[in-house]
Amino acid sequence: MLGEGIVKGMAETARNFLGSYVKEDRLTTVQYPEERLPQKEAARNFPFLVYDGDDWQAGMRCVACQICEKECPPQCIYITKSKDKKPDHAGKAQLYPAIFDIDISVCMSCQICVEVCPFDAIKMDTEFELSTGDRFGDLLQHKNDLSKPNTYFRKLHPTEAAEADARLAAEKAKAEAKGKADAEAKAKAAAAPKPLAAALAPALAK
Amino acid sequence: MDQIFVTLKHWLVGFGPAQCQPIISAIISVAGIIGVFATLFAITTVLERKGLGRIQNRYGPNRVGPFGILQPLADGVKAIIKEDIVPRTADSVVHFLAPLVLVAPVFLALAVVPMGRNMVAIDIDAGVLFFFAVGAATELLLFMAGWSSRNKYSLLGAMRAIAQMISYEVPLILSAVSVIMIAGSLSTVKIIEAQAGYAGGLPRWFVLTPWGLAGFILFMIAAAAESNRSPFDLPEGESEIIAGYYIEYSGFKFALFFLGEYIGMFAVSGLAITLFLGGWHAPFAFLTWIPSYVWFFGKLLALIAVFIWVRGTLPRLRMDQLMNFAWKFMLPMALINLVTAGIWRFLDPGISRWLICSFLVLGPYIMLARGLLQGSNVGKRTYRYAD
Amino acid sequence: MILLIILALLTLVGAVAAMSLRNLVHCALALTVAFAGLAALYLQLDAQFVGFAQILVYIGAVAILIVFAILLTRGSETPQPSILSPSWLGGIAVAVVVFSVLAMTIVRSAITDRNLPAAPQVSVRQIGEQLMTKYLLPLEVIGLLLTAALIGAVIIAMQEKETK
Repeated sequence: MLGEGIVKGMAETARNFLGSYVKEDRLTTVQYPEERLPQKEAARNFPFLVYDGDDWQAGMRCVACQICEKECPPQCIYITKSKDKKPDHAGKAQLYPAIFDIDISVCMSCQICVEVCPFDAIKMDTEFELSTGDRFGDLLQHKNDLSKPNTYFRKLHPTEAAEADARLAAEKAKAEAKGKADAEAKAKAAAAPKPLAAALAPALAK
Repeated sequence: MDQIFVTLKHWLVGFGPAQCQPIISAIISVAGIIGVFATLFAITTVLERKGLGRIQNRYGPNRVGPFGILQPLADGVKAIIKEDIVPRTADSVVHFLAPLVLVAPVFLALAVVPMGRNMVAIDIDAGVLFFFAVGAATELLLFMAGWSSRNKYSLLGAMRAIAQMISYEVPLILSAVSVIMIAGSLSTVKIIEAQAGYAGGLPRWFVLTPWGLAGFILFMIAAAAESNRSPFDLPEGESEIIAGYYIEYSGFKFALFFLGEYIGMFAVSGLAITLFLGGWHAPFAFLTWIPSYVWFFGKLLALIAVFIWVRGTLPRLRMDQLMNFAWKFMLPMALINLVTAGIWRFLDPGISRWLICSFLVLGPYIMLARGLLQGSNVGKRTYRYAD
Repeated sequence: MILLIILALLTLVGAVAAMSLRNLVHCALALTVAFAGLAALYLQLDAQFVGFAQILVYIGAVAILIVFAILLTRGSETPQPSILSPSWLGGIAVAVVVFSVLAMTIVRSAITDRNLPAAPQVSVRQIGEQLMTKYLLPLEVIGLLLTAALIGAVIIAMQEKETK
């Protein structure tokens, strides 16, 4: 009670005060709009559609299989298939979604759409500064709002993106290898059974 | 340079007719005091929030102006445009009058504090007595504020505030009386004159004597309790009694209470500077070229900084701890300080005077401090677990 | 002169309000206004020490004491419907008679002989000196009285705690 506790306390406070000007790591405040904390890798907010390459319409991975629409618990995804097809990453012609809307005022960020997508087309974004002025219309995101490039995905979730890229590259390699094997077999078939065809041709022509 | 404000005032007063000149002079002084201290209040709110923030490892307000300096403007606008809610069963006349009449005595108290050479608003013979009289009048107004809200918590807060203020008035006045005794006058100007001069390089302020130092510390503690300032802010604590006696006040009236509390803090700091720290005198003889009002406001800012520092450090005192501290510790110390001041006066100057008086002050301090701790066990807490 | 009239009116209004208001706490506050008016009268008569002591003691302590006493006893009750007793006419008559007797006594006494001495300029120093030399015994007796009151208050408060 002689007061040494108070004096020690005040010395500590003074050290805090002066240290906050001198040492940078004393002030742990992140001044929000100017500085932002980096998000962790597994953070998630609302989904987005991934596209490969530069053209978001040509490179979109989504093939409008509508699995995510059926699995979504609050049913916030609305998909309409297209009439024509476009080639996907492995060269095969696939459908694409003509309309792909997600209502993010309904979406509950459960990530089920990401888990069930067989094509690594829909992934979770971490963007949270989505306030809009219009209460009902502005939070309905369309295909063009939702499409983001693969480079962005790689920046957000590096390990997931690496996995997805590896899988897609493997499929593409397999498809190419299969294509090459088919072409070789076709070429061989075109070269080999010539005598039989030559022998049968006069009989067929008769 | 030192007398620039005094000459300015005389020049302005010279414009009026000879009969009204005292009144014009008084009005100019009053306007000057209100202007300066209201601005100081605004700056202090920002400095306090930023200071507390830095102590707590965060920034204070830093959005409104550069480094948040214009924050008081934002606070003022908010206070003015807030809806003024008066409870239906409240006593509306008293509820309305309490904050208004509260601000008047605290500004009155600033009238006897000299802010520079020849810069007192009123130079009366019984200056210090006037100051304490006016300070005592604010307690009743706090009660008015608390009672008129017709709210149990408000009334309880007001009762506690009055009990606290009355208890701490006694050590406040007694520590001031020791200074008055040595200076030989109740007038603030004469007390400052008694602290003029330099002895061996150090100034002859009262704080640099054993009884002066003890008196200064007692005065500052009692002053913090008088203006309901942390760690004595139980009557207005936010987590204890939800802002106590000014719960039911919103908007501008709340701002007036806040103003009254801070101006009370400035007034009592100003008196502490006058009584103990030598008023507007410079600390060393080679620094007297700096104007006197600069020294006064510098010392005032230093004391305010100490108040803010203590607020950021200490936890709030409980009511019974507060009252025990006032009556069992501060009152005996103040009385012993009074006796020591008297003994100092009558001994010859020299080292023996210092030793005797220091012993007379430190001895009871240690004995009281040890003695008052006998009942409580402040060791490590021991727990008993249920088996 | 005008100042004297204003201050006197203020004091009288405060005193009358203290008698006649319904809510007891309002009465206490009006009494405080009367005290303030009285202090201002002292100050106007250049009796600085007494004026400030009046503010310090009466407004700062006695008014608070009155308010505490009201609140701790009956002040929270609803105010009575009428503060005038049934025989208010007789009361006013008695008051008028007493006032006229006092006024006539004062007016006809020796105070109104117009050769008043000059008002003494009493400073606080002189009051202090008189208290310490000529009026030392009353000062000490008052000190003893205050000590007895303080000890009595402590004993009363302590006994309440023991008998709980």
